[in-house]
Amino acid sequence: MTQPSTASKAVLQTLPGDEIRQILWRYQDRFDYQMLVQSSRSVARGPVARLVAQGARNSHEWTEAKHSLLKVYDESGITGAFLDPAYGGLFEGPKNLIMSLVAFELAWVDGGAATASLAGNLGLAPIHECGTPEQVARYMKMASPAKPGENRKTMRAAFALTEPLPYVGVETGLLCGKARVAEWKDGQEPLLEIDKRGRFITNMDYATVVTAAVDTDDKRIKSSCMVILEEGDPGLFDRGTATKKLVHQLSSTRDPNFQLKVPASRIVGGYTVKEGVIVPNYTHSEVIEAVFKRTRVTVGLMTAAKLLSAVEPIIRYQRQRFRGGTAATPGTPRYDLGIQTKEDALHRLVDVWAMGEAGASLGFATTRLYDELDPLEREKNRILDERGVQGARARMKEMAKVERQAMEYLIMTRMPQGRRNPSMFEALKNDPLVQFSVFEPVANVLCPATKLWNTGQGANSLREAVSLMGGYGITEDCPGFLGHKWMDAQLEATYEGPEAVQRRQLSITMAQPLFLEQFKHWIMDLKTLAADHPETGACGLGTAMQMWLWTLSHLQESVDATGHKLFSSNRQGVTFPMADALCWLLASRQQILDVLELEQKGASNPSLAETLPGTLAFLTDLCQVQAARAAGEVSRICAELVFGYNRHPRWDSEGCQSCFNEADLEGLETYVPGIGSVAYGYSDVLDMDDNHPLKRGPCANISGMEPFLSLRAKLDGCLTGCRLAKDRAAESLTRVMIPEALDYPQ
Amino acid sequence: MAFFHIVVCGGLVPDPLQTLEPVSGPAGWSLKNESLLPSILDPWAANALYEADALAKANPGSKVWLASAAPKVKLQQVLMALAQKAPFELLPVDAPAGGFTDAVECALALAGAVQSIEGLDRSRLLLFGGWESASRGAGATLSVLGEKLGLTEQFQGVDKLTVDGDGSLEILERVEGGKHQVSVLSSPPAVLGWATGGRAEPPNNPQIGMANMRALMPSLQKARAAKLPGDGLTLKSVSLPRQKRNTQVVKDMPVEQIAVEIVEWIKKKP
Repeated sequence: MTQPSTASKAVLQTLPGDEIRQILWRYQDRFDYQMLVQSSRSVARGPVARLVAQGARNSHEWTEAKHSLLKVYDESGITGAFLDPAYGGLFEGPKNLIMSLVAFELAWVDGGAATASLAGNLGLAPIHECGTPEQVARYMKMASPAKPGENRKTMRAAFALTEPLPYVGVETGLLCGKARVAEWKDGQEPLLEIDKRGRFITNMDYATVVTAAVDTDDKRIKSSCMVILEEGDPGLFDRGTATKKLVHQLSSTRDPNFQLKVPASRIVGGYTVKEGVIVPNYTHSEVIEAVFKRTRVTVGLMTAAKLLSAVEPIIRYQRQRFRGGTAATPGTPRYDLGIQTKEDALHRLVDVWAMGEAGASLGFATTRLYDELDPLEREKNRILDERGVQGARARMKEMAKVERQAMEYLIMTRMPQGRRNPSMFEALKNDPLVQFSVFEPVANVLCPATKLWNTGQGANSLREAVSLMGGYGITEDCPGFLGHKWMDAQLEATYEGPEAVQRRQLSITMAQPLFLEQFKHWIMDLKTLAADHPETGACGLGTAMQMWLWTLSHLQESVDATGHKLFSSNRQGVTFPMADALCWLLASRQQILDVLELEQKGASNPSLAETLPGTLAFLTDLCQVQAARAAGEVSRICAELVFGYNRHPRWDSEGCQSCFNEADLEGLETYVPGIGSVAYGYSDVLDMDDNHPLKRGPCANISGMEPFLSLRAKLDGCLTGCRLAKDRAAESLTRVMIPEALDYPQ
Repeated sequence: MAFFHIVVCGGLVPDPLQTLEPVSGPAGWSLKNESLLPSILDPWAANALYEADALAKANPGSKVWLASAAPKVKLQQVLMALAQKAPFELLPVDAPAGGFTDAVECALALAGAVQSIEGLDRSRLLLFGGWESASRGAGATLSVLGEKLGLTEQFQGVDKLTVDGDGSLEILERVEGGKHQVSVLSSPPAVLGWATGGRAEPPNNPQIGMANMRALMPSLQKARAAKLPGDGLTLKSVSLPRQKRNTQVVKDMPVEQIAVEIVEWIKKKP
């Protein structure tokens, strides 16, 4: 049993409610968002949860009951949330945060329901991000749910990238789907022949419009592109067979086959004709890049929602574990606390909760960043258009110039005000291109980090959550549907770019100088923050970040025992673990920043007056627990990489160069008294017959690694107190008031 | 078709899924961690609101107000979902909510709010509310409020309201012995304390919500405070309905014997 250690401190009284979450995730001033959150919640915990409870997930087929959810999404505002008000949507401006909040609410109950609602947006996203004004107007309007009195069906969209093996799904750069010119009469628009087979295509039971990625199979088409296919286009629009997936059964997934003729105006983003060749304005890769960098974050948040949703059912299960039996009578600890009398059960739940908080913090921070970045990106594109900078390469070249200014700006932000040129600083601060260059490298890291870490590590933590429910955890009637959620998390780790894809992207973006410069600033900020908030674990986290940075720099300059460069794009054994390590740091950092926000803003909300101190204390303890765990992961990974590529010395002449021999030591004792006793501490000593100690070989030489060892020793010390924080958090779990029953299915 | 001015009175109650534990302190009775418990609009009042919405929609020119005596901050949270259900204007009174306030004081505070409505046509006024509540269920607030407003036509336990072609109101009201009584009222004003009504909870519609919130938030900011000190009210004891569980696990009992036990159990019931 955890010993009470915070008798005089504020304790967590209730599970964090909406008021707390609104501050942590920065939408306390957005009543419109709060409304859609409530609306999505009632859908999730009502119709969606009822379907799950009724066993609707036990079929691969798209049933009438599952289909009924689409109408519910339409009526509750979920479908329209993606659209601009001009097309029947609800919100002006960027919608990354609100879409994530909706998905979070749905995934709290069922990931498939969230996927079904998001898949329509994914189908539309190529048009939204890259479509021509005509395409945007046509399809967004059709996707808007019909208003009262309107006699039309809501258009549903699907996104068709993934193909049957051997190609897409593993490698997005290669496509089997093809586009050819079927007919091109003089002065008329070309007619394209599209041949595309899809695999794992969500929404395919009912989608009437598909945005499909195809490669060129005709000299008269310059490159790959995405095309818009409509049911009713001449040819074959075969929805194919249902995918026999084990997860996300509340979303429709099929393997379709399209052989259609469509006008070239269906190329997403349009095209130009140059010397008799159709040149799509966007290749399929460019469209996908624009789409996925936003939608992937939402997927990461879905897994975080599942983790946080697991907390309440687990607490209830733990407390009620022995009730009803003869061994636990009311008023006894066994009756009141059940398994919560055991420290391990509490500590493991603390870990699950901390992971959920960190994942949610990371994901929501990323979506907010995209909400800031989106208008900047549009402005950047407008300015570059104005300057006549066209084409991906020319734009990249132009932006490279701006990156230098962005670095200058970043350095200036750290200068004392008196030392920097104020007019230049203001100019850079107000330059959208510079600001875009500052934000984008961070977004390019945070997006894959959210997708990779939230889903991958989230799936691992969900397994832990399931295990905390005992055998109940793997039954269909487990409260909170935890078994389903665990399985679903595995799909979330895979779709929209599996873990390897995210690691690959991270391994490139995390080494960008503009990101690393900001990373250094974050370390300084955490150290400063730790002075006022020592219990957050910020200090240790800062040290872990220093270690990661040192290791990256070391790896970039070092070679392995065979002379091969360590940090290179093909050396995934090096780059990928570094990407993994970085994710732990980013999530933990954002978790701390969110709690800081709560501390600053919470006091102004009178409804939190009573609960805030206890909630803050608890969430701060979770921060420290998570920071310690992140530090441990980083320390392990970095140590393996720093030392793991050196060859261990052997008991041969080369390996034993610095070994002593007992006979030599005896002789040396005359000249250096005491050497015999200290030599054992510094090196390996062979006996009189040249026999070596019984171990692998002489101990490895660590000269040159002192900075790393010093950081590692420091980091170990930084863990001081982290287990006390875990004890405090565990104790809170035994006291926190939870509702009498789970609020779903309703 | 005639219009109606419908004022729905509804307080907030703790979400029924929460653990409710009455505790007595220096300030009197309250629920343990009461301010931390998430709230909802009292379910009986919510039925009344949905009925009001349906009635207003069926009678063009009608208007719905929601008068609520509750802590402002709690009300704001509840509105995030409630405002999506139906269009209404808010008459907030910033006051304590729960099962321990005095019905008369609460009715007086609400009467002030109703009387402050600009343009209220009292000849077309229908005062709606729940005939009881999920807090203490005194069932008195609405009646007292009606009296204070001079509304003598009062119906409690209403299940159905039909507006006839001549504008008269046919009211199906619960009476003793599990029976219903049908009354016909030539015209408003009247007080209707709703039982369950016949409307399902409308789904959330963010577009209604956002339209509502433009007016609701300023109203909420201007909510008048009422202390409801409970002068003269003493609650001698407070307890929750007791839960009783007499589960027996019996194996291999013949069907006949099960039937006999059930019959005996029924006979024992008072």
